[in-house]
Amino acid sequence: MTSRVRAGRVARQAVLLLMALLTLYPVWFMVSTAFKTQHQYLHNPYAVPWPLSVANFGDAIHGGTFFLWFKNSAILTLGSVILSTLAAALAAFAIARMEWLGRSVFLAISTALMIVPPVVMLMPLFILFTNLNLVSTYQGVILIYAGLTLPFSIYMLTNFFRSIPHELLESAVTDGARHFAILWRIVLPLSAPALVTLVVVNGLWVWNELLIALVFLPSDNLKTLMVGVTVFQSRYNLNVPVTMAGMLLASVPMLLVYLFGQRFFIRGLTAGAVKG
Amino acid sequence: MLRTRPWIPYLYVAPAVALLGLVFAYPVVRVIDFSTKLIRGATGPYVGTLNYRLVWEDSTFHDALKHSALLLLAVPVMLVLSIFFAVLLYERARGWRIYRSVLFLPYILAVPIVGIVASYIFALNGALNSILRAVGLEGLALDWLGSEHLSLLTVAIVIVWREIGFGIILFLARLLSMDEEQLEAARIDGAGWWNRLWYVILPELRGTIEFYVVVASITMLAWVFAYVYTITEGGPGTSSTVLELYIYNQGLRNSLPGMASAVAVVLLGATVISITLLFIVRARAQREDVVA
Repeated sequence: MTSRVRAGRVARQAVLLLMALLTLYPVWFMVSTAFKTQHQYLHNPYAVPWPLSVANFGDAIHGGTFFLWFKNSAILTLGSVILSTLAAALAAFAIARMEWLGRSVFLAISTALMIVPPVVMLMPLFILFTNLNLVSTYQGVILIYAGLTLPFSIYMLTNFFRSIPHELLESAVTDGARHFAILWRIVLPLSAPALVTLVVVNGLWVWNELLIALVFLPSDNLKTLMVGVTVFQSRYNLNVPVTMAGMLLASVPMLLVYLFGQRFFIRGLTAGAVKG
Repeated sequence: MLRTRPWIPYLYVAPAVALLGLVFAYPVVRVIDFSTKLIRGATGPYVGTLNYRLVWEDSTFHDALKHSALLLLAVPVMLVLSIFFAVLLYERARGWRIYRSVLFLPYILAVPIVGIVASYIFALNGALNSILRAVGLEGLALDWLGSEHLSLLTVAIVIVWREIGFGIILFLARLLSMDEEQLEAARIDGAGWWNRLWYVILPELRGTIEFYVVVASITMLAWVFAYVYTITEGGPGTSSTVLELYIYNQGLRNSLPGMASAVAVVLLGATVISITLLFIVRARAQREDVVA
């Protein structure tokens, strides 16, 4: 091996290592601070926490309502992902497999909606939902999230449904299956990769969403995890270790999902974009 | 195509149409309507362009507009860094799978949590400045959040920190699906690292680059609310206020839905124009390709 090649390798490792450290540091800061006492933190904000203190987690669970926030986020995420996927599957099936007037126009408009920022719709939706008594309800916010994620879902599923060989559907038709049965029994089971992508992308987006949750779910017993952490932070602002313990608790669900489903995450997030 | 009775397909798209109508069509029409009215409660008298004039005379709006535009400067930074690290990983640097998991990790963390953690790291006596002072770089221990000149930069750094993971795995996934023969041929011909990057890899990535630029630009213009809200709340003063936060503050905190709607219309216009420009550039580039 020439020395130039070796120097290149060392440089590459150095750059990657530096980047990895920069990436991990804030995570390390959150985790390490969560195990410090207030005194340890004020004395030295970057030292290794020793002895470990776990009292912060008790304080955090006591001071915040993490389980309630977690439940609310889970209901909204589940509800909107299911609704968005169902509505998208029906629409995409009609676009990809049936002939009708306005088909390409509908797909073009729906796809274009992907770029419309949610904040544009904020005021009219808020006033409408106030009049319909949908503010501070799960149903109202599930409708908004499902609607906001729908253009991507339709785009993704339409592309996927189009790639399913026609013969597979043809044989079902000659067997006399109804259209809905074809969608439900043949098309959807074949679309597992696309469905995984939708669950990952839309689920992650809804789980992490702040603006809509902040505006449409103001009452305490409906706050989501993301709104909850901002409330928690302002309550414990001066006690950094307890705040970090709260942030770590709030991150655990996603970190676990990532740990066990990394493959699906990476595949899900890059599918659709990687076609050259 | 499946044969159906003519009305069947419309039945299938009806739920989607209803949802898109509720969440997109109705609000977009109404927001344009609201922007020309003095809204009290659910509606109000027509006032023509008054809201737009009020917005234009508001210096906070000018700041917000400027800051949203400045955040777009982070897009090329993210693009270059993402491609650079994706290529390093693609070359199977030792431990590349571990690096991939690490570099993607921030993208899994929720933005509000990232923002809150960052607000302590970048605090005047926070971890970053303590480390800088400890290693003798006192001159760099700046007031990241409290200075009007730095707060927007700090927000941008945090955004890049979290969003870059997506860029890296996106480009890496594209590279892994690439035909390696060309690259091998270039290597055998003695092309150096930069030449291979410039003449072989970048042309292959062009479609992905376009996609990424569109996604990242939209993010910067219209999806940074959660960062700004948790890191600086737009301050100090208005030094890190962006268009999204301005709409939120005017519409919900200051109860001025008319002005908020006028800015929403401006933001919608800006998004549509920038995307259209990108598509025109793309179409032109493709035409040139055909000619060449």
